Amino acid sequence: MSCSWNSVVLYLPLMRTELSETLLQMEHITKSFSGVKVLEDVFFDLSAGEVHVLAGENGAGKTTLIKILAGVHTDFAGEIRLKGQPIRFKNPHDAAESGISAIHQDMSLINAMTVVDNIFLGKEHTHANVWMDYRTQKKKAEKLLKQLGIEANLNLLVEDYPVSVRQMIEIAKALAYDARIIIMDEPTSALNELEVKRLFQIIQDLKQKKYGIIYISHRLEEIYEISDRITVLRDGKLIGTAKADDLSPQELIRWMVGREISQQFPDRMQSKGQERLKVESLYIPDPSGTKPWVVEDVNLSLDSGEILGIAGLRGSGKSELFHGLFGTFGKTLEGKVQLDGQPIKIHSPMQSIKQGLVLLTNDRKGTGLVLPMNIIRNISLSSLSEYSSRGWMQVQKEKNTAQNHIEAFGIKAQSMHQEVETLSGGNQQKVVLAKWLETHPKVLLLDEPTLGVDVGAKHDIYSLMNQWTAQGMAILLITSELPELLAMSDRIMVMHRGRVTAEFSKDEATQERITHAAMGDEKSA
Amino acid sequence: MNKKTKTQDRFDQKRNWLRSPLFRAFAALVLVFLIGIMFNADGAFFKWNTHRDMLRHISVFAILACGMTLVIITAGIDLSVGSLLGLTAVLFSLFSLQKAWSPWLALPACLVIGAALGAVSGGLIGRFKIQPFIATLAMMVFGRGMAKWVSGGQKISTAVLQPDGTYQYVDVPPIFEFLNSKLLNENIAVVTLILFGCVLICWVILTKLRWGRYIYAIGGNEEAARLSGIPVIRTKLLTYGLSGFFCAIAGICQAAQELQGDPETGMTYELTAIAIVVIGGTNLMGGRGGIGLTFIGAMTIGYLEKILSINAVGEASRLMLTGAIIVGAVLFQKTRR
Repeated sequence: MSCSWNSVVLYLPLMRTELSETLLQMEHITKSFSGVKVLEDVFFDLSAGEVHVLAGENGAGKTTLIKILAGVHTDFAGEIRLKGQPIRFKNPHDAAESGISAIHQDMSLINAMTVVDNIFLGKEHTHANVWMDYRTQKKKAEKLLKQLGIEANLNLLVEDYPVSVRQMIEIAKALAYDARIIIMDEPTSALNELEVKRLFQIIQDLKQKKYGIIYISHRLEEIYEISDRITVLRDGKLIGTAKADDLSPQELIRWMVGREISQQFPDRMQSKGQERLKVESLYIPDPSGTKPWVVEDVNLSLDSGEILGIAGLRGSGKSELFHGLFGTFGKTLEGKVQLDGQPIKIHSPMQSIKQGLVLLTNDRKGTGLVLPMNIIRNISLSSLSEYSSRGWMQVQKEKNTAQNHIEAFGIKAQSMHQEVETLSGGNQQKVVLAKWLETHPKVLLLDEPTLGVDVGAKHDIYSLMNQWTAQGMAILLITSELPELLAMSDRIMVMHRGRVTAEFSKDEATQERITHAAMGDEKSA
Repeated sequence: MNKKTKTQDRFDQKRNWLRSPLFRAFAALVLVFLIGIMFNADGAFFKWNTHRDMLRHISVFAILACGMTLVIITAGIDLSVGSLLGLTAVLFSLFSLQKAWSPWLALPACLVIGAALGAVSGGLIGRFKIQPFIATLAMMVFGRGMAKWVSGGQKISTAVLQPDGTYQYVDVPPIFEFLNSKLLNENIAVVTLILFGCVLICWVILTKLRWGRYIYAIGGNEEAARLSGIPVIRTKLLTYGLSGFFCAIAGICQAAQELQGDPETGMTYELTAIAIVVIGGTNLMGGRGGIGLTFIGAMTIGYLEKILSINAVGEASRLMLTGAIIVGAVLFQKTRR
């Protein structure tokens, strides 16, 4: 009797396999790191010609699951089946051989090598396994790029191309590996709207050719635009899998966060005060030297308690404007800058921090955090003179402050002695914000403050921004997510090729008008 | 709330204890020590004198390794330590023996020159963005040349050339004898005590001073440190300067031990110093490590050589074994991340 029950239970998934050609099944996946369970009894499956979104907050276990699939983590419990065949990868190479290819957030291309060499890296075409077969490689690469609609010179170095093209090259690399399953981990985080559209076209194309795509993203609009099914993880447990059409955005957020978030953005309360920052005819020379200026003739004024949003495509000079004001490029900029009515000179980051002008960069791992240091030390990094007298550190004072920030920001960590390298993206971002808040800034330059941050932490960061402006801080905000820009900014300035092309009040601004102005269409402004 | 986090911290520290670099470095030392007990050369290993001589022998190298540790934590390297040791040894002998300066003048003069040359490397690296390997390689060659120029290519000993062309032996100055002596009933060498002082200085810098925080931050992520308002150039200048200062201390000790200033002395010492730091477990990529590790690393290498020498292992096999054991020790310590 029990036998027949078993066979019925087993039979159902097998039926499904035959109908829609299941590429991948992961069952009962459990994985622990030093005694802490990060995945518990998780199920995941993928069919051919499907985009299956894996959603969840940072730290939910998405990355761990992907790493198990890609052969990075090999010691786990559970079973992986490829086209019904049980398989266990010994290393990433194994997984690649079996047709699984991952496109990571931080890309795995080698910048100093050519496009074609990158595409075939680790799978070079050779004569007799020794001599490079450049001709075949070139032919195949040309075909691949044509198929993807990429215009790139095969013999140029990867570093000569913008991030968007590199992303496409990465996809070409995945296809060159004969991958059937392509994992995309936040592929749009470095792309602008146009490039995202192009990526989605390619994904549609791949779907028709019966590839299976696992897609990780924190952007809700994106998830609904691209996905067929959605699987949500939370705290290492499977919350559910549903068809995208059956799952409302509210329900999805509730699945991910575990609590009701009534609004995506908190209400923005205006508390404008006196003029904080005034910039007149600012010119910033191009640090790479390819053109004379990256920022030309920019004027702006920012009041205390105000958030001024800055929109623009990549290459519009908005990040360079921030870096210039912060002193990253040294004393090279020309123009007048006033802080609280006093003219100031921009020298160096050290000087700007003292004057109360701080910059949250858009690359927290590269330029925001010191990864091998712990939370306490990262938080105090910019205000060490406050925690030392005559050069001697006051460790207890430093710890107390860190403790206060960890509570106020809701930083989730096992201990404050934990290295920030091991924190999730949202918590890392909160550490950087705590570091800057500790310098008691007057003006915050926030470059993509919610990049790669999960829904819950995003909401926390928005609330903090409201809180700070209420205390009189002024914020300049860059974000490539237009809904965020519209919701959080009191005014919006649009840049194109180093110049300001439009400025909108909160009421005037719409996604369409901003997009037009960002593409240099000044008539619409 | 505070109390809760504290117990949590302790729990974490306990759990990570076995994986900590300090424990691993210590375990490697214990392993070497056990080998010593096994091959004790008819009980020679059980005599304190053996240990005292080991410490005395390793002290000069370990003093160099102290400065090297700080430099390596900033993600740099200092190849000039051997040359600067040679140069300061020559200068100290020149000042004390031939010029008959008082030690109160000769000592600070040598320390200042060592620190200044180190700071020059630091300046080249910090201000002019020359790679540490290249800048200190240049300083290594330059320092060796300067040692030969100052000494005229001769060893500077107690035989002093007189105006009439004859040599006359001068008395060994008391400072030389003091530095070369042993204290506490001949139980510990003065140079070893100096090493302890240097380790203490580094420990204070790395754990108690703001400077130490700068050193770790620069090694961990230089650009993030700069954008956090940390004085990168000044920190590098000071850190390489400190390394030069320790070179001068080691050079003075070396001169006292050899009773002369040999312009050729200290060749390849930089490699031993780097080996000590690496065996201790300080990461060559920067940002991680500590002076305690280096001290344990120095003892590990010291015991290794001592055990091989008291067992009368020939030099050829000794070198090959040392090479193999360095690799073994580093593999043993490698933390899985």
